[in-house]
Amino acid sequence: MFHAKRLVLAHFWLAFITFAIALCLGAWQMLVRSPLAPWIGDPELYYRSVTAHGTVMAYVMPTLVAMAFGYAIVELALAQRLVGLKWAWAAFYLLLVGSVMAMVPVALGKASVLYTFYPPMIGSPFYYLGVVLVVVGSWIWVALMHVNLRIWKRANPGKPVPLAMFANVAGAYLWAWTAVGAALEILFQILPVAFGFARTIDAGLSRVLFSWTLHAIVYFWLFPAYIAYYTLVPRAIGGRLYSDSMARVSFILFLVFAMPIGIHHLFVDPQVGAGFKFVHAVFTGMVSVPTLLTVFTICASVEIAGRLRGGKGAFGWLTALPWRNPMMLVVAFSFVMLGFGGAGGLINMSYQLNSTVHNTQWVTGHFHLIFGGAIVIMYFAIAYELWPQLTGRAIVSAKLVRTQLWLWFIGMMVVTIPWHWVGLLGAPRRMAYYDYAMAGMQGQAFWVGVSAVGGLILVASGLLFVYILVKSQFGPFVEPQTFRFASAAQPVVRVPVALNSFGLWVALMIGLTVVNYSVPIVQLLRLPQTSVPAVVIGAQR
Amino acid sequence: MNDERLFTLRNPWFVWSVGGTLAIAIVAILIGFIWLPSASSAFGDRSLWARICGAAGVPSSWYSGSTASRVPSEVVVLPPSGRVHPAADAIGRGATIANQHCSMCHGVLGTAQVTAPPLAGQYADVLYKEMRDFQTGQRVNAVMEAIIADRSAQDLHDLAAYYASLARPPAADKTRAEGPDATAVRLAMQGDPARNIAPCAACHGQLDRKGAAPWLGGQSAEYLAAQLRAFTSGERHNDINEQMRNVARQLTPEEIDSLAKYYAAMQ
Repeated sequence: MFHAKRLVLAHFWLAFITFAIALCLGAWQMLVRSPLAPWIGDPELYYRSVTAHGTVMAYVMPTLVAMAFGYAIVELALAQRLVGLKWAWAAFYLLLVGSVMAMVPVALGKASVLYTFYPPMIGSPFYYLGVVLVVVGSWIWVALMHVNLRIWKRANPGKPVPLAMFANVAGAYLWAWTAVGAALEILFQILPVAFGFARTIDAGLSRVLFSWTLHAIVYFWLFPAYIAYYTLVPRAIGGRLYSDSMARVSFILFLVFAMPIGIHHLFVDPQVGAGFKFVHAVFTGMVSVPTLLTVFTICASVEIAGRLRGGKGAFGWLTALPWRNPMMLVVAFSFVMLGFGGAGGLINMSYQLNSTVHNTQWVTGHFHLIFGGAIVIMYFAIAYELWPQLTGRAIVSAKLVRTQLWLWFIGMMVVTIPWHWVGLLGAPRRMAYYDYAMAGMQGQAFWVGVSAVGGLILVASGLLFVYILVKSQFGPFVEPQTFRFASAAQPVVRVPVALNSFGLWVALMIGLTVVNYSVPIVQLLRLPQTSVPAVVIGAQR
Repeated sequence: MNDERLFTLRNPWFVWSVGGTLAIAIVAILIGFIWLPSASSAFGDRSLWARICGAAGVPSSWYSGSTASRVPSEVVVLPPSGRVHPAADAIGRGATIANQHCSMCHGVLGTAQVTAPPLAGQYADVLYKEMRDFQTGQRVNAVMEAIIADRSAQDLHDLAAYYASLARPPAADKTRAEGPDATAVRLAMQGDPARNIAPCAACHGQLDRKGAAPWLGGQSAEYLAAQLRAFTSGERHNDINEQMRNVARQLTPEEIDSLAKYYAAMQ
């Protein structure tokens, strides 16, 4: 029943190989700017590494995981052959070629612009074209998800779309719309300069366009993790999903509110009016609603599992939970990291508190905790869940899996909690060199060192993850079991059309984007003299 | 079969979701564009409409001070694109002018005999910017101003292309036996963040290069130190964003000498 196995496996392998490389780069960066290692002497090498790390971790790896999981969901949840397999392979090759095309100029030092591009810095056009290929490949995936859902709907009129597919398509639509901002920036602002047709660039407008993509992309990364919370975790630990409707509402709220909030990344940018900054802060606050709903629903689902296993009393169900089950472990770790990271996120998004942490290491700590921690650990769980389906072989050892997940959790906490702390002490981010001998920074040196040790723990965990997957793939065959998503506590017989379709929610998403972005963009387009000279990276020495 | 209609006012999902979203947007806009700007006196005592425009980011100026302070240089030199190569005839024209007017001080093939800087192998954008600044008086030098006064922009581009096409001169200071001074290496390669000193090499070409930042190797220590001191005092002020003045003011006299020697010993 699983025809797209090779396709899904190819995506996962490309994702995890690039992930392992980028992970090592990340740990190296932490080490060389910590007091544990002598300084490298050349900041350009550091920024080269940061660019590669960010580009892989932000564009390549999560996109591939979302695509792989999406293809698997079509076949497993809809129980139908993936339509457009050839297109899907074409998309995969676009991502493969795009990743290589982007990474070669970065490795050569021709595009050390960091993954957020930072105009007026301009790198080699091949870097941007590589990123464009990755995005175009992912748009093919979006189209395939749309087409496959339509085919299913036509064959099953009026039936509730399975939750996993509903959420998957919501994620696809969100990504299609949110990628438009960066696409506009690359096509109309950056590439003309990178190709030499123009020598100045409107850095302010570029940053506004990028902010369009920059925050909602996080929710695109997050969708696979949330799908796993709702549709894999309750089944794996022997519980039921507390509420199917609540899950749908959460995904819909992400679709509507994730988009028009990116200007909270530009709180100190002078080219955007304070009024829009405030409105974006309000809508960023709204995105915490679906996460709070999710935390509630998943805790309730886990409680059902605890009570089904005989747990009694207000807290007795906690001890009755299957704590040796990797999925139980992973959701607990993920929620702890989501809790700390989410609390930090609320500080980032509030207009006033942001000014104390803006552009400090706090922010880097924040998104590593949320994305690298809460989300990526769920990517591991998804891979472990799907691996037997994809390879026909069992995961080699539950003990190794638990060790890997513990290491990732500990590593990520050791990396990010001190990272937040030095941010509060004022350490700026995006710096290649810190002079810890300076009086004001001596207090930070110890914690930066601790954080770098955490990076090494993460490398150990990441490499162990790849080892487990390889070892399992070459392990003995097992009798394939039918794959099942979690079933809801109440059978899902009929759902309101609002929770079974996307028209209204996509319309609201686009409408809110127009309300929140049109004036800042049009105003910057019409203002004269907003362009600045481009700074060519990797220029002649 | 599910034939419930969604886009109708009779569907509560439609009414509540659209209504709720609109309500949040309207309340947020009222607070962000009317209440908050009125609550702060930082925006001045302005009309409601002016406050709304201010919150929307429409540019306005409430600066009414004097603008008589020194107007900065308006010459913005863009970094080289790397894809444009000067034509041979431009280099030839530049060579003719250079040998007639420049070589007395700047040397025939760029090796200078006096305190004037050698120009061979210097980046073209740097040469062009400095000549423009001498022409407009942004950079002051009695000899240069007179010599360059009537040169066309084309002449300046040709001169820049000519000098950029020459090989770099050998190190100015070959006498030093011991290795480079540790202070100078540190300042050049990593700067001093605590004192807001960026690494010299981040702009001047060892690590990376920014537009109009010259290659410093081969200049005499005397010339380099004199320029840094001129930046410190503000006597030289043709760095349009004060990037050199800000760095130079932070350097001690010993550091200036040390850096000048460091670059003089480089080719």
